[in-house]
Amino acid sequence: MKQDRQQLNRQLAQMLKGGVIMDVTTPEQARIAEEAGACAVMALERIPADIRAAGGVSRMSDPKMIRGIQEAVTIPVMAKCRIGHFVEAQILEAIEIDYIDESEVLSPADDVYHIDKRQFKVPFVCGARDLGEALRRINEGATMIRTKGEPGTGDVVQAVRHMRKMQSEIRRVQSMSEDELYEAAKQLQVPYDLVLEVHRNGKLPVVNFAAGGVATPADAALMMQLGAEGVFVGSGIFKSGNPKKRAAAIVQAVTNYRDAKLIAQLSEDLGEAMVGINPQEIKLIMEERGK
Amino acid sequence: MKIAVLALQGAFVEHEAVLRQLGHTPFEVRKLEDWNQPKDGLILPGGESTTMMRLLKDEGLFEPIRQEILAGLPVMGTCAGMILLAKGRLECMDIEVLRNAYGRQLGSFNTVGRVDEVGEDVLMTFIRAPYIQSYQESVRPLAVVDGRTVAARQGNRIACSFHPELTDDTRWHRYFLRICETKDKQ
Repeated sequence: MKQDRQQLNRQLAQMLKGGVIMDVTTPEQARIAEEAGACAVMALERIPADIRAAGGVSRMSDPKMIRGIQEAVTIPVMAKCRIGHFVEAQILEAIEIDYIDESEVLSPADDVYHIDKRQFKVPFVCGARDLGEALRRINEGATMIRTKGEPGTGDVVQAVRHMRKMQSEIRRVQSMSEDELYEAAKQLQVPYDLVLEVHRNGKLPVVNFAAGGVATPADAALMMQLGAEGVFVGSGIFKSGNPKKRAAAIVQAVTNYRDAKLIAQLSEDLGEAMVGINPQEIKLIMEERGK
Repeated sequence: MKIAVLALQGAFVEHEAVLRQLGHTPFEVRKLEDWNQPKDGLILPGGESTTMMRLLKDEGLFEPIRQEILAGLPVMGTCAGMILLAKGRLECMDIEVLRNAYGRQLGSFNTVGRVDEVGEDVLMTFIRAPYIQSYQESVRPLAVVDGRTVAARQGNRIACSFHPELTDDTRWHRYFLRICETKDKQ
């Protein structure tokens, strides 16, 4: 039965592939996102850029606010809980969220343990910077992975680094002989069976999205060409000059990620992109949370 | 045979894998020039139907696809693909579909049942699935689960609420391919 649930949750992620998941803070924004073609929305009180600006401890959103967004749209609704905060996850399960993001964007509640996600019926997506982190989260029961990137910066450089690292490690595992996999499992600090699965299939056992700093149609297409199966866009849309147009352009760019001519057209007259922060200006490094 | 697979969003790669396994040639449709190739059938995959509707219109695919289906091109829609074929969308089948009919992800489930013209003990995977609320006489229901119609056929058009592309059972795809093979004889 539990096995069945894990499988169904992995399969929901398969249905999201080739799509864009957008951060929204109000029912109105959720409707704009759905109308623009988002395949799911992430309901949260403050987008990552504002969490950065506000500082302090950042927690799960008010369930009432999340329910308002669930009522506003027909596409799947996701919400974030703090790393290790299994009671926040229980609450999100109780309000029948479609996917929980155990997220480094919020302040971690546990500096050692992640949530034992296999105890839940509701699916989880988790951030990862490399193959080891991704497989550790999958072992704990995550049924979808995304790059961590550096959220709320409008700077895609970390997402690119994480996606490249994951892909190159996958290729390395794929090219090993089977007797070398035991040592690889040891180095990656993950179970042998998961390494064997990566070796055989040349991909993660679950769907892998890009997240963190995606702000333009070109950023989204870049992540797709680097091997992402879909894209999360957080602050990039509703921190920009024309959210409606930018959202729709990013959706089209993800579908047609190899069509440079079309992406050129999509990039015209989008208004101002979010301002963004460079890595050296960042005070709070979220990607370091939860390894 | 050459089978077009709508590749705007969702689980299209899974359908392509089944087609290849059965010895056929899938090709992906994202824009008009992809669509304007000769083909023996079309698959509308699972995913988010609102996303696909938006992209069908943005890419100028909506009318060309609709016209070719109405002219007799065999088509199969799974989950979101079934929604696209129904009333209020492409309107290629005389069915009314209820979206997210089983609720949110916690309502997703597997079951085994009979599908007429396909066989017994078909593994059916429902993911935030729709079902057919009502249909006209021109439509033949093929499968019923808990009193709800979850698969149907109308001429060369078939649709199901579940995801045959996610299981190892290829009978539903082979059923569709038989329709594609015989389309000119009907």
